[in-house]
This record gives sequence, C-alpha cells and structure tokens, in this order.
Amino acid sequence: MTKTTKSGLMGTPTRRHALKLGGAAVLSMPFVNRAWAATTEINMLAWYGHGEADVVAEYEAANNVKFVPKYYAGGDNMLALIAQSPAGTYDLILSDAEFVQQLNAAGYIDPLEASDYPLDDMLHEDFTNFPGHWADGKLYSMMLRGGHLGVSYNKNSVSEEEAQSYSCFWKPELEGKVGHFDWHLPNLGMMSLYNGNGASLWDLDDGKWDAVQETTMGLRKQVGGFFDYGGTFNGLKNGEMQAMCGIGDWITGVLEKDGAPVASTIPKEGGIQFTESYSIGKGSEKVAEVTKFIQYMLSPEGQVKTAQMAAYPGFCVTKAGRAALIAADPAEAKRSHQMEGMANDPIALINEGRIHYRDIPQQQSLEDWNDFWSEYKNA
Amino acid sequence: MPQKPARKFSLYAMTWRLPIIVWQLVFFVGPVLFMIAMSFFLVKNYRMTEAFEFVNWSKMMSRGYFWDSYWYTCLIAAVSTVCAMLLAFPAAFALAFRASDSTRRWAIFLLIIPFFTSYLVRTFSWFVILSESGVVNAMLGYIGLGPFTMLNTNFGTLVGYMTLTLPLVVILQTITMANIDKTLVETARNLGCKPLATIWQVILPLSKTGFIVAAIFCFILSFGDFVAPFYLGGSQEPTLPILILDTTKSGQQWPRAAVVAIIMMGTLFTIAFAGIALAYRKRKGAK
Repeated sequence: MTKTTKSGLMGTPTRRHALKLGGAAVLSMPFVNRAWAATTEINMLAWYGHGEADVVAEYEAANNVKFVPKYYAGGDNMLALIAQSPAGTYDLILSDAEFVQQLNAAGYIDPLEASDYPLDDMLHEDFTNFPGHWADGKLYSMMLRGGHLGVSYNKNSVSEEEAQSYSCFWKPELEGKVGHFDWHLPNLGMMSLYNGNGASLWDLDDGKWDAVQETTMGLRKQVGGFFDYGGTFNGLKNGEMQAMCGIGDWITGVLEKDGAPVASTIPKEGGIQFTESYSIGKGSEKVAEVTKFIQYMLSPEGQVKTAQMAAYPGFCVTKAGRAALIAADPAEAKRSHQMEGMANDPIALINEGRIHYRDIPQQQSLEDWNDFWSEYKNA
Repeated sequence: MPQKPARKFSLYAMTWRLPIIVWQLVFFVGPVLFMIAMSFFLVKNYRMTEAFEFVNWSKMMSRGYFWDSYWYTCLIAAVSTVCAMLLAFPAAFALAFRASDSTRRWAIFLLIIPFFTSYLVRTFSWFVILSESGVVNAMLGYIGLGPFTMLNTNFGTLVGYMTLTLPLVVILQTITMANIDKTLVETARNLGCKPLATIWQVILPLSKTGFIVAAIFCFILSFGDFVAPFYLGGSQEPTLPILILDTTKSGQQWPRAAVVAIIMMGTLFTIAFAGIALAYRKRKGAK
C-alpha cells in the first residue's frame, strides 16, 4: 500500500512546505520591490542637453525617477510644442526667460512656491526678480543658468583687442569668414548694440530699426553662411568661419575645452544674456517630484552640473553654486570667468551695465524681424 | 473606324488595383488636399486655426525674398541637372557600350550601394574633404595651390546635389543606352558616321526618353533637397526648402510654409509634365 500525504497550503505544514513558501517569497521580492517603487517618469521640455546623462543621471539613480526629454530649438518651437499638446503633457519646462511671460499668459505653467527656492542666495538681485518670472506677486519660473553672447572669434585671425568691438566683423580679412547663428533675435540684437542703442536695443523706433537693418545689410558681404548649432560648431572647429555673430561662450566654450583656438568676449558696445529658467507645466501630476528636481538643480551640486553641461556651458546663478564650482572645477570656473575679480566675470559685466537681457522686439513684431532676416539671407 | 470594345468591370483586376489606389488617396491625395486647405488657415498663439483667408498667399507672394529663393532654387536645380547629366554620360556610355554584361551588373550594384547609407551622413563626410583644412586643399597645397573655399558656396551645394543624384542618373542613363539596338550604332559607324556624330545623331535620339526621365528625377531631387544647400551651401542663398524651415521656425507659420510647398509642387508638376510630353513627343513624320 502506497503511503499518501496531504499536500498544499492547507495541508499539514512540513519543512518542505516552509521551504517552498520561503523560496517563492524570496524569488518574488524583486518584483514586489519594483511594484512598491516604480520609477516615476518626468516629461521634460528643454533645449538639447538638459535631459542628458551628464546632468540628470545621478539624480535619476538617487531618486528613482526617469526624465523623458523632448528637445526644442527656439522659443517659438517650444511654445508651438506646448500649444499642440494636451495639458499636462510636460511636467517640467525649461524656457528662455523672455518666453516665460508668454507661457504664463497662455496658461501653460503653474505658479511655483517661492519659499521652495534659494531666491535669497542669487548672485544678482535681477535674478531674484527676473523680468517676467513674477506675476501678481507669484513666482512662475525659477532661473537656472545664463550665458553671455558677444563676439566669438578665432584667435588666429582676430586679436583680443579687435574683438572688443563688433566692428571686427567688418575686418577685410574676414570677408566670407563671418558666420551667423541662424536666429534673427541675437544677431539683430548685436547689430542694435553696435548702433549704440545700449539698454534700449530691443525698443527701436522706426528710424532706429531702419538703421539696424542698414547696418546688418552692410555686413552681408562678409558673411560665409547661416548655421544651426551643429553647423556653427563645425564652422568654427574646421576654421571655415573665423568669427561668428549671434553666439557666445555656450558654443566656443565647448570648442575651447576641446583645444580649439576660439574664444568669446563681450565687446565695449555690450553683450546679450540668454537666461534659462524652469517652470512646472500646467496639469502636471508630478509637482512634488518636479519641485524636488528644480531644488536640486538650484543646489550647489545641481549648479555645478548645469555649469559643466556637456552640450553647452552656462554660468551659475546662486552664490553657493558658484562657490561649489570654484571648489569642484576651478579650471572651468576660471575659463568661464566665474571668479570674483576677473575681468569678464558675468556678474561684474551686469553691474557695469554691459549686459542686456535677451528680449523680444518692443515696437516691431517678431514677424517683422524675421521678414528682414529672410531678406538679409537672400541679399 | 474601329470601335474600342467596352471594358468589362473585373472584380479580380480591381482587387489588385485597389491597394495602390487606396495608398495614393490616403498618403498622397489626402495630404496634398490638406496642405492646400492649410494654406488658408491662420496661426493664433502658435496654434493653427481653421479659416479661409488669403493672407498667407498674399503675404508670401508679395515678399521679394520668396521670389529670390524661388528663382535661385530653379537655377541651382537646373545647373545640378546639367552637371549630373554631363558627368554621368561618359560613365554610362562606357558601361552601356564598352563593358561586359557582368561588369555592367556589378557597376550598377555598386552605384546602388550609396543609397544604403544615410544621405545626411554622406553629406557630412564632405566636410572632411572640402573644408579649407580638408583632404582636397591638403593635396592642392602640395603643388602650391589653394586653399580654396569650397564649403558654404554654390559649389558645395552642387557637390551635395551630385552626391544625391549622380548615382541615380548614371544608372538611368546606363539602362537606357544598354537597351539601344547595337546594330543601329554599328550601321551608323559602318556608313562613315564619326564617333561624336554617332552619339549626337543616333544614340542621343534613341535615348531621349530615358535621358529626359533621368533629368526630371535629378531636377526634382535637387529642387526639393534641404540637406545640401543647408549644410554644404551654408544657407546662402536660401533655397525654397530652407525657406520652408525658416517659415515654420519663426512663429510656427505652417500655413505660409504650405504656400511655399504648393508653389514647389506646382513647379515640379509643370516641369515633369513638360518633360514627359517632350520625351514622348513623336517626331514629325513618325507614325
């Protein structure tokens, strides 16, 4: 007669049952763990580079989040992407500061809690109360980083002294060797500065606007091409372009670190600041996670990451961030003049009134500027 | 006069025809109709809104830079077509009349290979060759010439167009000439026709259709190409595809870009139909 035994969970507990149950429990632990802590995906809308591993990988690993970046090129493109997507598509929006007002006016972003961010630690009071970032006493966007645009040049054909004025673009030896970053706003802004419009570079009456167009047309014979980011990068790197209008250290900085003989400087007529800021997309269901990330990027560690960003460098906007950069990467801090007492310290340049925040035209429409830009390209 | 027999509807034949008809309706006719409709839409707050306004047409048609781009694009595409046809001819002639069948098959296979790789990658590789510190200028430097500026010029754009079109034009010319009845060529030679006269009076007339088709393809591809004029021509002057990009970049003016695209399509249709009419036109006296 065969001896039968009761089996199953309801049967008499035996050592074998205990081992089976224990083994099953152990083997299923990874799945339980994953279910408990599923990775949170954060949809980011940003310029290229902000969602890349050199910036976010450490944060992702430490906080069990995953950034899903959607990159754009230009404020218009950003606004269009948001306009054409359902509310809540983007949790985190990195925007050029001059477009924050439009984001807010269109209802694409939610207000931030000002006390969450180190507004009392900003390197300049303008950064704390940045134009367009506040509305009705509420903070809508938190400034992350900035960069300055001026004369970018090859040191072999333009001297540091010559680069102290936009007039170097007209140097006869540079005929066919001056490139344009293909966006009307910074280029025409620089021509406006060259015409002596200073702080009112964006606020041009008809006479001044005509003069800016005339000055720009006068540069046409020097121009060797109109380029996107990759083309600008290549043009400077392979020496096809010896000077570039419309850019700054955000491109030459990458090449300089790579050993290319290029540099950017702020000429005596003044330079333009691009400013990048974070906002939370309206309808986002991940406000807590996004807030935490913005706090991280404004922390000393995050500021170092953004200053060193591989795609294009920028300068820190908090005092603690700058101190951390000087401690962690003094070479980069020195290269980008982010040290007190240096001649081209970004903050000193702002204090001296040589830097003007990038804006949109005040008396003309963007379309007028773009129309002229197309005419200029065809001239 | 004999009457054509009335065609009977065939379900079997229709079953085979239907997929291509549906495909064309869904992926060609539909989008074109939508693009035409879109050219009358308006953009408000970066969002397209349905409308029936002529403002986009009047705006683009009244802009000098649009016409500058238009004529420049026509001109550079025409120059590209002439260059490709001339450059391709010796190679195609050799393959059609001098090479063995096996060599010709291998050559056609090798001409197809460039299409296996991305056109953008092939275009970028020209940076290494054409830049002032590139391969060509380095070689010219050994004999005391240069450096010459080749990138960001019309020459650069043409090099890009050749990268795109030349293999195709060689293939089309080769296949066309390889199908010519060789005895006609030999007869002409036996009757004392000189080599150049044989080409001009025998080979080219017999290859007319294939050559015109090759030229049309070359013109169409060059006319619509964005990559070569943007990356190798440095956007100066901008061609119509670059103008489309500029128009969409600034203010998201897709309706105005649609206007440019419709004009481009209209131009290409006109040239293609004129070319085909020319290709199949019967000579006077021919039955």
